[in-house]
Amino acid sequence: MNPLINAKIPAGDIAEKWENHKFSMNLVNPSNKRKFEIIVVGTGLAGASAAATLGELGYRVKAFTFHDSPRRAHSIAAQGGINAAKNYTNDGDSVHRLFYDTVKGGDYRSREANVHRLAEVSVNIIDQATAQGVPFARDYGGLLDNRSFGGAQVSRTFYARGQTGQQLLIGAYSALMRQVAAGTVELHSRAELLDVVTKDGQACGIVTRDLVSGEVTPHSAHAVVLATGGYGNVYFLSTNAMMCNVTAAWRAHRKGALFANPCYTQIHPTCIPASDDFQSKLTLMSESLRNDGRIWVPETKADNRGAGDIPENERDYYLERKYPAFGNLVPRDVASRNAKTVVDAGHGVGPLANGVYLDFSGAIARDGLDAISAKYGNLFDMYQRITGENPYQTPMRIYPATHYTMGGLWVDYNLMTNVKGLYAIGEANFSDHGANRLGASALMQGLADGYFVLPYTIGDGLAGQLGSDPVPTTDPVFTQAIAGVNDTNRRWLATNGTKSVDHYHRELGRLVWDNIGMARNKAGLQQAVTDIPALKEEYHKNVRVLGSADTLNQSLEKAGRVADFFELAELMARDALQREESCGGHFRDEHQTPEGEAQRDDENFAHVAAWEWTGEGNTPTRHQEELTFDNVALSQRSYK
Amino acid sequence: MSNNAEIINVTIKVWRQDGPTSEGRFETHQQAISTHASFLEMLDLLNESLNDQGHEPIAFESDCREGICGTCGVMINGRAHGPQKATATCQLHMREFSDGDEIVIEPFRASGFPVIRDLAVDRSPLDRIIESGGYITVNTGAASDANLTPVPKEASDQAFDAAACIGCGACVAACPNSAGQLFTAAKIGHLNLLPQGQAERWKRTENMVETMEEFFGSCTNHGECSEACPKEISLDFIAFMNRDYLKAKVKNRALTGQK
Ligand SMILES: Cc1cc2nc3c(=O)[nH]c(=O)nc-3n(C[C@H](O)[C@H](O)[C@H](O)COP(=O)(O)OP(=O)(O)OC[C@H]3O[C@@H](n4cnc5c(N)ncnc54)[C@H](O)[C@@H]3O)c2cc1C
Ligand code: FES
Repeated sequence: MNPLINAKIPAGDIAEKWENHKFSMNLVNPSNKRKFEIIVVGTGLAGASAAATLGELGYRVKAFTFHDSPRRAHSIAAQGGINAAKNYTNDGDSVHRLFYDTVKGGDYRSREANVHRLAEVSVNIIDQATAQGVPFARDYGGLLDNRSFGGAQVSRTFYARGQTGQQLLIGAYSALMRQVAAGTVELHSRAELLDVVTKDGQACGIVTRDLVSGEVTPHSAHAVVLATGGYGNVYFLSTNAMMCNVTAAWRAHRKGALFANPCYTQIHPTCIPASDDFQSKLTLMSESLRNDGRIWVPETKADNRGAGDIPENERDYYLERKYPAFGNLVPRDVASRNAKTVVDAGHGVGPLANGVYLDFSGAIARDGLDAISAKYGNLFDMYQRITGENPYQTPMRIYPATHYTMGGLWVDYNLMTNVKGLYAIGEANFSDHGANRLGASALMQGLADGYFVLPYTIGDGLAGQLGSDPVPTTDPVFTQAIAGVNDTNRRWLATNGTKSVDHYHRELGRLVWDNIGMARNKAGLQQAVTDIPALKEEYHKNVRVLGSADTLNQSLEKAGRVADFFELAELMARDALQREESCGGHFRDEHQTPEGEAQRDDENFAHVAAWEWTGEGNTPTRHQEELTFDNVALSQRSYK
Repeated sequence: MSNNAEIINVTIKVWRQDGPTSEGRFETHQQAISTHASFLEMLDLLNESLNDQGHEPIAFESDCREGICGTCGVMINGRAHGPQKATATCQLHMREFSDGDEIVIEPFRASGFPVIRDLAVDRSPLDRIIESGGYITVNTGAASDANLTPVPKEASDQAFDAAACIGCGACVAACPNSAGQLFTAAKIGHLNLLPQGQAERWKRTENMVETMEEFFGSCTNHGECSEACPKEISLDFIAFMNRDYLKAKVKNRALTGQK
């Protein structure tokens, strides 16, 4: 086994691994916990739940976020819901079924043991959140309501109107603030991690910049947890919040942490298409719309008649035509790719010919306007606010957009990266979703990691360090890291080029979207491997960052983040190039079935690709963690 | 149908302030903009051209740009979050404006929210209010099965109406007294209406109200807060909070044996 990537999966039956592991891990006794300092970076669902729980256990925690308040983390924006194998609806759900669906949905590219644990603890999350006052939807008997989500055959999704993320985050944030009041957690907001510090191969702290005063400060600890979210903004346009970025994970990568499966990105099929070049981000329209809306494009290319003027027999309901069994409800990746195919072929609709129709006229005629408005009213309003069009009268226009990133820092079963003492949780790690994430499973994973997994596994890692103090922040490893951060900031301000950071971010996004987007091929990926570094070089020479480093300076903040996106993008291209198969969100034109579906190559690619940084300008090294499937039989997905 | 974008020309009068203690000033710029653009995309474009001309971009905050994180928020022509009802700054689009309009943009103005730079303000007092009691004490792992305690749908729905608050601080900015009542009432209402929130109800109410008073002005029932609220949190929650506060004063003393 490659010593760098020992997943440390416990032995035994899949259903007993976690239980056995919890028993066999070293514990830190209650009075010793306060002797340990833990840094948690990120206060989204994963980070806030972890910091709160570690604080409750008695550890001394320092929590960091670049937001002004923990409650603003990107998790707040999740709409649809959170899965849990509660089986409250008595419709046949179970831990095993959630496990099975998640492994299959991930197109057999995730670790069975991790996924099973996730399904096991999913039920505790709902109990915890409810006790915190999260107002999940309820039925008239006062019990919790569930719905089916994203094509699942059971109703296991808990939801809170269209604000599940906000309500869950308020729960986790309030638990965090309770610990801040109790003095177990020290909260640093508007503080951005700019370097991870290691000594003798072990994580010993971080360096942060205060975004208001510009002060650069070292922080040391016995362990460092990154809960810093996903990297979807590498595409510039995505449904992610504006400030989401890869910097924390990337700087950890440069300090030795392996980055796994960077090419696994999820493109969500139902977003509002870009309306112009100035578009700053894309807005997700809930997946539930596909339950009643019919997707079509005009049969004639470049047809510029209004939707209503196109007669029925000149419309192509392409999903219904190609997938009679699932129709408009095919999984996300299939729906997205098909939209791209028709738009690329010249059938796109809207002013920029960059969308497909999602038409509710049939549903309105069938169920009545009131019924449709009761179901989707808030979404229709949101659509109208953004586009100025009334979806009750004219079909919505939708197009796929980047939504989630399955890749991330490689972690073992304990959620520790290959760097000792450095952990990654939530969207920042690569762990549970394989090559494709199911709807409503990201919130579940973030909270599982933070509330119920990391608080156990981190103790095992700490137990051996009892009696040792954290590395002092006067140690050269810290002073060097600080000097590095200051140097880089000075360099950005001195570059004095001609174009803004956003300009280059947009250009990079275009490159990544065109070549490492919904469908990839060898030529495009090879092009990306050369084009990205070339653009990066221009960026470093010609970007213009004004102002100073000792005030709030948003261009300066972005400059560093975009620089990291450049390096990540190149790695994504390499990863996609070497994965000579299609799986989940990674679709290679060369590898498809005769019907145009993703064609996996289990013989050669049933593994995790974990990349090692080998220094500026050097080709990174690809390591492989083989995946074994003992409990779920590998099969080809089919939605015909 | 406004499918066709129009380009309009607007005059932007925007507040610039280098730091918390510096003196501020208005700056005037012209901007041509498509009516399809969002208000913040208009500011993005303006910043891009300022940067091109060698002028520092205007600092303003936003993140989700979907009206849920509460990061955005400026005064637009004297109104918190601008002219459109139930709309956060990031959801406002330029089709709400006309060719030739002058748009005055200022930071949220409130003594509890000091300016950091340009349009960015410090809203951390809102976190202090939460810290003082805006939670239910339940350690991770200590919760019983979620369906053990049924919650009447009406109570749950009402709690939700309060929980919809996004913590943007527009209520404070809109209030002539810079009062923090609507925010605090929403947070108290959310928890106090739920069975899970009963054990700490009185302590929570007293602590949160008194922390609020340390940072914010007093409420004189203007109702501007609810008008400006992007989530249309109802003034009824303030009445609810006031009632609970009075009760709390009595009950908390009784609890500590002071009758
Ligand atoms: C529009 C939208 C809707 C979604 N809907 C759903 C849904 O219905 N169900 C579902 O399960 N999932 C959904 N998802 C996915 C889900 O919301 C995210 O995957 C999840 O919330 C990520 O949580 P997190 O805690 O890992 O990271 P985040 O919530 O992104 O938090 C990251 C944290 O790290 C901090 N941070 C990052 N970098 C640094 C740094 N360098 N220094 C300091 N702090 C840093 C940030 O300040 C923030 O606090 C949705 C995603 C989107 C975009
Ligand atoms: S940017 Fe999130 S509410 Fe406006």
